[in-house]
Amino acid sequence: MMEKVRQIDMVIIGGGPAGLAAAIAAKKQGVANLLIIERDAQLGGILNQCIHNGFGLHTFKEELTGPEYAQRFVTQVEELQIPYCLHTMVMDISRERLVTAMNREDGIFQIQAKAIILAMGCRERPRGALNIPGYRPAGIYSAGTAQRLVNIEGYMPGREVVILGSGDIGLIMARRMTLEGAKVKVVAELMPYSGGLKRNIVQCLEDFDIPLKLSHTVIDIAGKERVEGITLARVDEKGKPITGTEEYIPCDTLLLSVGLIPENELSKEMGVELEQVTNGPKVNEQLETNIPGVFACGNVLHVHDLVDYVSEEASLAGRHAAAFVQNVNRKEKPVYVHIQTMDGVRYSVPSKICVERMEEEVVVRFRVGSVYKNQFISVYVDNERIWHRKRPAMAPGEMEQITLKKQKLMEYPNMQSITVKVEER
Amino acid sequence: MKMMYDVVIIGAGVSGSAVARELARYQLAVCVVEKEEDICCGTSKANSGIVHAGYDAKPGSLMAKLNVKGNQMMENLSRQLDFPYKQNGSLVVCMEVEGKPRLMELYEQGIANGVKDLCILNREEALQIEPNLSDTVVAALYAPTGGIVCPFGLNIALAENAAENGVEFRLNTEVVDIQKTEQGYQIHTTQGDIQTKVVVNAAGVYADKFHNMVSEDKIHITARRGDYCLLDKSVGNLVEHTVFQLPNQFGKGVLIAPTVHGNIIVGPTAIDVEDKEGTNTTQEGIQRLVGRAGSSVKDLPIRQVITSFAGLRAHEDGHEFIIEELADAKGFIDCAGIESPGLTSAPAIGVMAAEIVCEILNAKEKDSFTETRKGILDPKQLSMEERNALIRKHPAYGNIVCRCEMITEGEILDAIHRPLGAKSLDGIKRRTRTGMGRCQAGFCSPKTIEILARELGVSESEITKAGGSSKLIVGRNKDMYDRSEQKERQDLA
Repeated sequence: MMEKVRQIDMVIIGGGPAGLAAAIAAKKQGVANLLIIERDAQLGGILNQCIHNGFGLHTFKEELTGPEYAQRFVTQVEELQIPYCLHTMVMDISRERLVTAMNREDGIFQIQAKAIILAMGCRERPRGALNIPGYRPAGIYSAGTAQRLVNIEGYMPGREVVILGSGDIGLIMARRMTLEGAKVKVVAELMPYSGGLKRNIVQCLEDFDIPLKLSHTVIDIAGKERVEGITLARVDEKGKPITGTEEYIPCDTLLLSVGLIPENELSKEMGVELEQVTNGPKVNEQLETNIPGVFACGNVLHVHDLVDYVSEEASLAGRHAAAFVQNVNRKEKPVYVHIQTMDGVRYSVPSKICVERMEEEVVVRFRVGSVYKNQFISVYVDNERIWHRKRPAMAPGEMEQITLKKQKLMEYPNMQSITVKVEER
Repeated sequence: MKMMYDVVIIGAGVSGSAVARELARYQLAVCVVEKEEDICCGTSKANSGIVHAGYDAKPGSLMAKLNVKGNQMMENLSRQLDFPYKQNGSLVVCMEVEGKPRLMELYEQGIANGVKDLCILNREEALQIEPNLSDTVVAALYAPTGGIVCPFGLNIALAENAAENGVEFRLNTEVVDIQKTEQGYQIHTTQGDIQTKVVVNAAGVYADKFHNMVSEDKIHITARRGDYCLLDKSVGNLVEHTVFQLPNQFGKGVLIAPTVHGNIIVGPTAIDVEDKEGTNTTQEGIQRLVGRAGSSVKDLPIRQVITSFAGLRAHEDGHEFIIEELADAKGFIDCAGIESPGLTSAPAIGVMAAEIVCEILNAKEKDSFTETRKGILDPKQLSMEERNALIRKHPAYGNIVCRCEMITEGEILDAIHRPLGAKSLDGIKRRTRTGMGRCQAGFCSPKTIEILARELGVSESEITKAGGSSKLIVGRNKDMYDRSEQKERQDLA
């Protein structure tokens, strides 16, 4: 049992794809005294239950399964001899970066960290948050919980399935449940477009003849002990169910894939400021939060579509956190320019940059709020458009990114703001 | 198991459990029969969790008397039986000047009922103690003796303490018929017959059914549904007091209150339903709730809802508690019509019904009655040193299972292995709060299923959400293919 406070240069909260990539980058940058804290039985995070392929196309130029993708990073962690502890829950982080954690062997212990990387990932929005009326029987699962039961434990949560929400996990689970012998009757989506990647709609629904009903929602759940059926209804533009469109579908299972929420309980308690749209921390171009020495990356920062981008973003956070520990490239009072988002662009990560301090390029990631065909993404410095590109298709389910170049931005020493928006021409 | 009891109590809700605990003081053979797989499964599990001050009921009524008495008993009981209770005070807010006379009536009614420390506050005074009240609030009735309680905590504590003192509980045992016999009653259940001298009918929304089996003087109980929304702990400081709306021409209004665990509860509606198991929320109900709730408190953050649920009140036509031996069925005692303020009154209902029973049976007190009970140990209440000592002894207390409520495996093991222990996911939830947080069991349910299966020595596919056919897992991956292959082979043969 350790009751003395340990001193560690960098603590990484979470051993999923973000935490692993951040730790590797920091170690390569020369931070020797670091620690990954993971609550599960192994490193890899949610990738361990994502046994489908399609991971790593950008990073490794091949299609890996989730566990394979994770293993590439776990192997590096082992090779670089980065210490980690498993089965360990972080209970609290103070503003002064004192980490309190707990596990069976060590009990509660505390670590004073010089830098912290928040990489806790995200969680699924539950039924309750949607106020779906009806009974509360067994057989209602979030898609990720069902994925864990099937892919990790080998248990079938049900045989006749309706899925609400066409986020990627919902689509992936439609295919998985079908392959494991269940009948997926329909995937219903409240919005007039899917929240998932196009390739998943093709490979997980169309290839298996599973109908996708857009602008539909579940308005009732029948069955007192186990789900016996659900009632679907079409919704109007405001998302309100339209009377007369109700359809009862017998089933024993309802899976929900209705959104992911960055898991920022620890961040909030320590005083990290959050962005309203993403529910993730507000960060600068170094992915540092409002608390100096506290960085964030991966799905705890904003929900990503592809893990490749998580890894890329996390490496950046790892490098900057290393620089913080080593006290290089710090500015006493950095002058920030805020990135404003409007006209279809919902948010941006980072939300502010210090031009003087920034590296040669900064990738700005964001999502759009609706489906756009043949429209443009534009970047303005104050009133001047400095970047303009046509995108054949943009959708809320897919993350967009642009690259800001330091050289270009330095041409505007008196700039007030940078604006990113969608334009018709 | 005995075949002949002195007392059989029908129903292991809060009333039945309170009666059982009081009767446990006496030299009596007492058995509680419950149709569900656990105690606290009906009205007692889905209500506001409010300890009412006692100004609502008509002076002179049993409701008024037992409400005030139950309120006075609650604090001491919470210490004896170790369940969460807080005297947070309640406010009835009046949102129009024309309502003030009705507020005054309520005040006078409270005084007549013996409610202590009641006072009328003007807007400024009300805002001083509850700053988030809405702009329309003009006055309020303040009852410092109003409180909040964990409804599961109270019910389970009473039942556990009764069990520890020798009361037998038969779960999954539904009463199908009751017949008068020479010595008392013969109770036919789904698990065989039981003989008893005395019956206590604490069957909630079904109390009329059992009453009417033995009496010609029929009663009628309506299941009156109440929908609720529970808000995230992150907005738990929205209000400190329980905020009721003064009933007006639009209805009774809904309350907004903190819970003893730091959430905010909003509810209930009042919708009469035919089905005595009709605990389904409806779109209409929730909309009605959300529409009305916003008027008493500023900026109600309804988007922070983590779950909604509904409970059924046992509304008797006369809107009064019926706690008495039936005139035409000696030895049959009703605890019927126990709707709000039933939870508050439960301790007093227990005492009153037990007195009736003891007089009939001429019961004598036991020499040994353990009147205290220890609840499930909450490691969060310990210092870091104490907690580490506990983990050294029981490493399960170092393993967090429910991340939202930070519940450890140690607490879950305690919930399973104590008297009347949990056997289902919901049983664990009511005893420990595992799965009651903002992710609503998404993260912890596979782990809880695993622990339950291991500890109960059954396969994971036997574990239910709440007993009966509420199985969580239906089979192994791809077993459908095995089954269809088997069928094909059979067909070929």
